[in-house]
Amino acid sequence: MTNAVLEVSGLAKHFRKDDREIVALSDFSLTVEAGTFVTILGRSGCGKSTLLNLLSGLTRPTQGRITYRGEPVTGPRLELGYLTQSDTLMPWRDVRRNVEMPLELRGVGRDERRARAEQMVAAVGLAGFERHYPRELSGGMRRRASLARMMCTEPETLLLDEPFGALDAQLRSEMQSELLRLWTGSGRTVLFVTHDIEEAALLGDRVVVLGRLGRHVLDLPIELPRPRELDELRTDPTFVELCRQLAAALKDATE
Amino acid sequence: MTELSRQTSASRPVEVIRPRTWWEKHGRTSIVILSRLALLIALVVCWQLVSGPLIDPLFISKPTAIWHRLTQWADSGVLWTNSWITIKEILLGYVIGAAAGVVFGFVIAAQRLVYRVLDPFIMSLYSIPKVALAPLFIVWLGIGIEMKIVLAAVTVFFLVFLNTAAGVREVDPGLIDAARLMRARRRDMILKIILPASMSGVFTGLRVAIPYALIGAVIGELVASNRGLGYLINNGAATFDTAGVFAALIVLTFIAAVLNGLVNLLDRYANKWRPTAD
Repeated sequence: MTNAVLEVSGLAKHFRKDDREIVALSDFSLTVEAGTFVTILGRSGCGKSTLLNLLSGLTRPTQGRITYRGEPVTGPRLELGYLTQSDTLMPWRDVRRNVEMPLELRGVGRDERRARAEQMVAAVGLAGFERHYPRELSGGMRRRASLARMMCTEPETLLLDEPFGALDAQLRSEMQSELLRLWTGSGRTVLFVTHDIEEAALLGDRVVVLGRLGRHVLDLPIELPRPRELDELRTDPTFVELCRQLAAALKDATE
Repeated sequence: MTELSRQTSASRPVEVIRPRTWWEKHGRTSIVILSRLALLIALVVCWQLVSGPLIDPLFISKPTAIWHRLTQWADSGVLWTNSWITIKEILLGYVIGAAAGVVFGFVIAAQRLVYRVLDPFIMSLYSIPKVALAPLFIVWLGIGIEMKIVLAAVTVFFLVFLNTAAGVREVDPGLIDAARLMRARRRDMILKIILPASMSGVFTGLRVAIPYALIGAVIGELVASNRGLGYLINNGAATFDTAGVFAALIVLTFIAAVLNGLVNLLDRYANKWRPTAD
């Protein structure tokens, strides 16, 4: 058996609406190997966020099972960091107190959690903004703060739901390099959800293309050497071919 | 890392120091304050001039007579003892009503089913004009200070309760999920997420309830009493002492203004994470 971190089989999620059930995900299976960067590519509404909510333990599946290192997932786990699509910084806490919050809830002492939070805030490039409240920050800075909050407990597996979707192209590419820098050599496992073809191919060791209801359309290994730079890859024939394949798969998925 | 620092400095807001002149800093505020003063003086002067030649002072009294009555009350101590009674009723009524409103608001709103069951009962009690309850409170408690305190407390309770409950029920579910992901315990969830997140609702309740504490206490005094500012108003009207009625009203206005000022201070402190309105 290989070194699987997350194993999902026969997963389905239905949402009740009056006397009907809306199927968001059906018969979904996936195995994620430890230390790999897996990107999940899909159009909006294909159940990507539903999938991450299930994997993180926030919601319970209607059918199927999820195991994390062999143990069934029944609720949120501390080894898993989940960066949701929407901002969930506490608006009444400044950046530093937001970042140290997970440590605070675990009972880490004030001095230690403050030191670790400050280190993490600096690592995402927000040094000098520790005392700012979320509303005083730009969208990109709030994303960084959320990332810092998630990373400051050093989770071994990261679930990222279109983390850079709302950022401008420039900032997005900077955040991508930053994420790769934090990930490289850390041994962490990353599951990164996106609807951006280039982003999926740039970041992942493997791209899983989802169709309606989370149907696998394509599971493509990306064997490009790292470190990768988007600007250089754009003209690389292998990368261009991969993107073309992914685009075709996405198109198939909707037809 | 160099890449990173270059780009963060680019995304940092650019700040330039430009000291404001005295006029830029305080000009608008000064104009507003001076205009208010001018308006007040104009009104008082008009009142003084109109009273007598145009309108019988029996109906509108006149500022000099009111001032005279106020100093007279202040000298004899009538002003202080009666004001103190009213203030005590307002404060005690407010504190009791607000505390009960906040506690019940949190407890009941947190249990959605209980809230749905109780909602129509609470709304119908809320809709009763509180003055209609005064006779009942007199039967229960007599015409002493207790009845005014309870009347003020009941009025305050509903406002604080309803706003607190709304605040609790409108907490962003995303924040709750974020806390669940951090494996927050129930106690932390309440103290560190739900409580601060619903603070704006609580403060709205505390804020709008302040004038109602005063209304409750004064209505209680008007219905039945032998002390307090409400009593002075009633007594003044009964003896055609219009100056006395206005004097008591002015003291009430002053008390209301001080209470509002206190809440504004509290509000500003509690919501310093919100951007200012301007």
